[in-house]
Amino acid sequence: MKYSIDPKVLKRRASRDKRFRTYAYTAILMAAAFLVFFFTDIITTALSAFKQAELLVEVHYVDEARKMGDYALDDDVSPLVSRGFTRLIPNQMREDRSLLGTAEEKWVLAEAEVDQYLKGKPNRLKKDERKIVDTMRAEGRARLAFNIGFFENGDSKLPEMAGIWAAAVGSMYALIITFLFSFPTGVMTAIYLEEFAPNNRIMQVIEVNINNLAAIPSILFGLLGLSIFINFFGVPRSSALAGGLTLALMTLPVIIISTRAAIRAVPDSIREGSLALGATRWQMVLTNVLPLSLPGILTGTIIGLAQAIGETAPLLIVGMMAYIPDAPTSFTSAATVLPAQIYTWSSDSLRAFTERTSAGIIVLLAVMLSMNAVAIYLRNKYETKW
Amino acid sequence: METGTIFLYLVCGLIPLAVVAYFLATRRTFSVKFEGEKFHSTPGSYGWYATICTLSPALLASFVAAVLQLTGVVEVPGTALVSTVIALAAGGLYVGVLTVKPSLRARAIVEQMVVKMLFVASLVSILTTIGIVLSVVFEAIRFFEIVSVWDFITGTSWSPDGVSAGDSDVKGMFGSIPLFAGTFMITAIAMLVAIPIGLFAAICTAEYASPTFRKIAKPALEILAGIPTVVYGFFAAITVSPLVVRAAEYVGLQADFTNALAPGLVMGVMIIPFVSSLSDDVITSVPNSLREGSLAMGAYHSETIKTVILPAALPGIISAFLLAVSRAVGETMIVVMAAGLRANLTWNPLEGMTTVTVRIVDALTGDQAFDSPETLSAYGLGLVLLVVTLVLNVISLVVIRRFRQQYE
Repeated sequence: MKYSIDPKVLKRRASRDKRFRTYAYTAILMAAAFLVFFFTDIITTALSAFKQAELLVEVHYVDEARKMGDYALDDDVSPLVSRGFTRLIPNQMREDRSLLGTAEEKWVLAEAEVDQYLKGKPNRLKKDERKIVDTMRAEGRARLAFNIGFFENGDSKLPEMAGIWAAAVGSMYALIITFLFSFPTGVMTAIYLEEFAPNNRIMQVIEVNINNLAAIPSILFGLLGLSIFINFFGVPRSSALAGGLTLALMTLPVIIISTRAAIRAVPDSIREGSLALGATRWQMVLTNVLPLSLPGILTGTIIGLAQAIGETAPLLIVGMMAYIPDAPTSFTSAATVLPAQIYTWSSDSLRAFTERTSAGIIVLLAVMLSMNAVAIYLRNKYETKW
Repeated sequence: METGTIFLYLVCGLIPLAVVAYFLATRRTFSVKFEGEKFHSTPGSYGWYATICTLSPALLASFVAAVLQLTGVVEVPGTALVSTVIALAAGGLYVGVLTVKPSLRARAIVEQMVVKMLFVASLVSILTTIGIVLSVVFEAIRFFEIVSVWDFITGTSWSPDGVSAGDSDVKGMFGSIPLFAGTFMITAIAMLVAIPIGLFAAICTAEYASPTFRKIAKPALEILAGIPTVVYGFFAAITVSPLVVRAAEYVGLQADFTNALAPGLVMGVMIIPFVSSLSDDVITSVPNSLREGSLAMGAYHSETIKTVILPAALPGIISAFLLAVSRAVGETMIVVMAAGLRANLTWNPLEGMTTVTVRIVDALTGDQAFDSPETLSAYGLGLVLLVVTLVLNVISLVVIRRFRQQYE
C-alpha cells in the first residue's frame, strides 16, 4: 500500500506513537507529583505543631491567686501565659496549702499567639507584647519544647491546650465495636455464601445486594445510623456505640468480599481430601478451609478497619463532632474520633488550630499506614500460593 | 433497669450457664449409665448440643422482649425479663443435659444450627440495605408532605434558614436545582481530572510499564484512594482553594474562597485510582491474541491501544467511569470542607456552590428540631442521592455483564 510506505506518514505515525506513550507516563507522573506535593504540604504545616512554646516565669503563690490564678504572675507576662495554666493555680493552692507565700520559677505553657509568634507565623500579638517575648527569648526564658500535651490532652477551646488523646481513645472504642460486630458477621456471611448457600434467587439477591452496599455513599450510612440506631433503638447520640455500629455496617461489605476471595482461593482438593476422610461440611470448613484462608481474611479485615478509622461523614451525622474535651469512659458516653476532631479543628477560625489539624492528620495517616503495613506483612508472610 | 445493666446481667447469667451445660453434657457421655453403648457423635458435639439447648430459648425470649419493647407494644420490666430469661436458660440446660443419650444425633443437630446461624448472619447485609432504604424513604415522605415534589424538583432557590417546625408556607424555599447544579459542576470537574489521568495511568500500567514499574506504580496510585476524605477536604480548603484564588487573580478573574474548582480538582485526584485500577483490570483482560494480531499487521503500539484494545475494553471502562461518577456524587467531606454552604445557581466554577451532600450534613448537624422541614429535607436529598447512586451502579453492573459475555 502506498499509504504505509510514505516516509512522511510513517514519521508522523511514529511521533504520534511516542506522544501517546509520553501522555501515559505523564499521567502516572502527575499522580505521583500530587502525592509528593500533598505529603510535603501536610508535613511542613504539621511539623511545627509538634513543638510548643513555653515561657520561664516566676510564679508567686500570693493570697489573691487563690481566687484568680493571673495574680500569681507578673502583670506583663500574665497575658502571655496560657489560661490553661493560670486557671489551675487556685486549685493547686487549695490542695497544697503550704504553697501559699512561696514562689518558684518554672516553664509554663505559653498562649497560642506567643507560640505562633515564636514560630514566625502571622499572629495577633500587640507590639509591646512582642517586645516582651523578644526580650524573654533573648534571655533564654522562652523556648519551643516538644509538644507532649498534644498527645496527652483532649480537645480544648485554647489551641495551645488542645490535643488528640480523647479523639484517639474515641476512635479506639468505635473501632472495637466495629470489629466485634463486622468481623464475625462478615466472616459468617462469606462462609455461608461460599460453602453452604444453595444456588437460588435469594442468594443472588444477597450477592447483588452486597456489591451495591459497597458502593452506597458513606453519608447514607450516617442517615441509617441516625434514624435506626439512635432514633429507633435509642443508642445514645455521639456515643462510640452509635458510631461503631454505623462504621460496622460500612465495613461489612469490605470484609465479606475479601473473605470470600480468601475462601475461594483455597483449592477444592483440600476440601475433597477433608470430606474423603469423613469430615462433615462444617468440620471441613472449620478445620481446613478457615485456617488456610485466615491470613487473607485478616488482611481484608485490617484494610476494612483502616478505612473505617478514616471515615468521617457518617460519624458527623451520628453526632460525633460535638465538643468533647474528655476521653470517653464507656461505649455509651459521648465521644469524638480522630477524623471528626480533624474536621472540628479545621473549621475553627484560630490560626493556631491549622497546624494542630495537620498534626492530627499526620497521626491519623500514621495509624492508617501502620495498619495497612501490618495487613501487607500478614499477606506476604502467611498467604499460601496454590 | 437500664438497657446496659439488663444486658450485663444477661451476659453474666447466660455465659456461665452455657459453660456448665457444655461440661455436664460431655461428662454425661462418660457416665457408667451408658457403658458399653456407642455414642453417635463425639462428646464435644453433645456439649455444644446442650449449650444450644440452654441458649436458644433464652436468646429467643430476650429478642422477642426487645422487639416488643422497641415497637412500644408492651413495656417489659427489666427484673422480670432477666429472671424469665435466666429461668428459661436453666430449663433449657436441664432438658439439654437429660436428653443426651447414645442414640441422639447431636452432631447433625449442632451443624444444622450452625448453618442456620450463618444464614442469619448473611441476612444482615440485606437488612442494612432495607434499613437504609426505609430510614431514608419514611422521613423523605414526611418531607414531601410539607414540600411538594414538584417544587422540590423544579425550584431554583434553596433557602431553608428560618423555616421552623410549624411553618406550612414553605413554597419556594426548598428548590433543589441549585444543589444538583452544584453537585453536577463539582462532579464534572472531578471527572475532567480523573478520567484522562486515570485512563492514561491505566494504559501506562497495563500496556507500557515494565513489571517492576507496574509493581511500584499500582500501589502508589492506590494510596490516593486510601487517604481519608477529611484529609483531602482540609487540603482542598487550606492549600488548593487559596491557590485557585491566586491563579484566578493572576489572570484577572475573581474567585471565591469557597469556589467549586478546588473541591472538584481534589476530588478528581481522589477518584483517579477508582478509574485506573478498574480500567487496568479490563485492559489486561483483553486477550493477547487481539493485541498480537494488531501488532502483526504493522500497527504501532499506540495505534493498537487506540483502535483495538480500548474499543474491546470499552464496556469495562465505561462501567469504571460510572462507578467513579457515583463515588463523586456521594462524596461528602471534601465538599463539606471546601465548597460553599450557599445554594448558588451558576455556570462559573470560581463562585461558591453547594452540593446535595453538604446540605445533608448541614441540616443534620445543626440544632434544629428533628421534625423541622430543614432536617427532613436531608432525607429528601438522601433519597435522591440513593436513587442516583443505585441507578449508576446497576447500569455499570449491566454494562460489565454484557462485556464479559464477549470473551467467554
